[in-house]
Amino acid sequence: MIKAMMRYNGQLILQEVLVEPTKQLITIGEETTPMDQLDVLPPVSGTIYGTLLNYKGELEALGSAIYESPYQQPPKAPILYIKPVNTINNHQATIPLPQEEDSLQIGAALAVVIGKKASKVSKKEVRDYILGYTVANDVSIPHSSVYRPAIKEKARDGFCPIGPWIVENEEIPNPDDLDITVHINGELKQQQTTRNLIRSVDELIAEVTSFMTLYEGDTLLIGVPENPPLARNGDVVKITIAGIGSLENQVVVTKQAVKENTI
Amino acid sequence: MKTARVAYQGNIHEATEWDGKLQLDTGATVSEDDVVWLPPIVPQTIFALGLNYADHAAELAFNAPKEPLVFLKGPNTLIGHNGETFRPADVTYMHYECELAVVIGRSGKNIQEKDAYDYIAGYTVANDYAIRDYLENYYRPNLRVKNRDTLTPLGPWFVSADEIKDPMNLALRTYVNDKIVQEGTTKDMIFSIPKLIAYLSSFMTLNKNDIILTGTPKGSVDTKVGDTVITEIEGIGRLKNTIVSEPVYQ
Repeated sequence: MIKAMMRYNGQLILQEVLVEPTKQLITIGEETTPMDQLDVLPPVSGTIYGTLLNYKGELEALGSAIYESPYQQPPKAPILYIKPVNTINNHQATIPLPQEEDSLQIGAALAVVIGKKASKVSKKEVRDYILGYTVANDVSIPHSSVYRPAIKEKARDGFCPIGPWIVENEEIPNPDDLDITVHINGELKQQQTTRNLIRSVDELIAEVTSFMTLYEGDTLLIGVPENPPLARNGDVVKITIAGIGSLENQVVVTKQAVKENTI
Repeated sequence: MKTARVAYQGNIHEATEWDGKLQLDTGATVSEDDVVWLPPIVPQTIFALGLNYADHAAELAFNAPKEPLVFLKGPNTLIGHNGETFRPADVTYMHYECELAVVIGRSGKNIQEKDAYDYIAGYTVANDYAIRDYLENYYRPNLRVKNRDTLTPLGPWFVSADEIKDPMNLALRTYVNDKIVQEGTTKDMIFSIPKLIAYLSSFMTLNKNDIILTGTPKGSVDTKVGDTVITEIEGIGRLKNTIVSEPVYQ
């Protein structure tokens, strides 16, 4: 049993629960309920920040391009982006595939939820500021350039499923040694580990809070591994982080709303 | 209608201008100097535009973009009128950017240009400071340049849309220590407000209290600790900010 926090069945406030990830059982107070009987809601409400190029393989994949135009040199400080509120999506909800796109990149990310206002936090104190950990799917429309902010590719409605729960900080003694897998329609498509991070969770949060404040309830995605799997219309995507849980969503093509002037 | 959000005697109030003073939502009248000015809007998503004025793009040695250059900001970066913005000790180039901020009034997707104004609640003034020393060519302008705490003064007033006849024809001015350093007009935006709303809503839902900072014209110069920076937009407001050093800020 793992100590976790989640929102379900319309709750506004995070509830303390015990979870049994393999059997998909949730214990709330005295009562144990199968996971699929709960209407699970996203467990986070603050700003979600993502981190670019924090897996060694991801930076290696850019190769010598990082020394060429337009990049000119390797990144120095953490490069962040924002997954705005319209992107936040539930466990088990559908991820909208824009009609004009063939597939979506699946970004399997460990999500660190901040527990108290964090500004200029030293590396050794970072864990005191962490509420816990959850799973995020940082969905993108495939794109190769990371020169300009990828708003159109990363900030679409429903492009950040997150959950199903936040596992409490104390349950994860070493967030830099977690296995991550991505299954699409039951088939293993990606296997990674947070051992391959460029900046560890502690290093990343120390460096980020040296230039901006993270507030209670904010979430920092610690990075997306290289070679993100692609998912097409109808695909069921499951991201599992060992010791935390599995986040499952289906990609479903969206029909563009009919524009008035075409009538 | 012009409204402000202010802190006064331990509470947060909506305030209106009344005879050179502020009238709080309690009915009390107080001096403008007796309140702490907060950003007039509690933001949802904050969008900002890079290189949206041709003269500013040229000044930074860029060609005008073919598609809007959009980046996002977090709520940590906002501060109110008369606030203090922190300049890191080791930097060589920190510049202001006077920008018209558009506040969205209701949610919408696939909004057409001709309907865009129906989705605007009103306007305010933003000073979208940048610290150029931290620019990197990854997701440029990166958050370390643009999303530091206190780096985006906003206010003093939220001005409702009905008060502004033509937001695409407003003079923008920045003064550093009362000397004019930046002058432009919203007429010169590359992507107009309706175009920006149509563009963003073509791929994502815009929500009430989303804010779009529409970019800045030419005229960036370095600002130093102790400088008083006023960004002003015709008919909307005069936003004052003071730059302080790290030790004072902490």
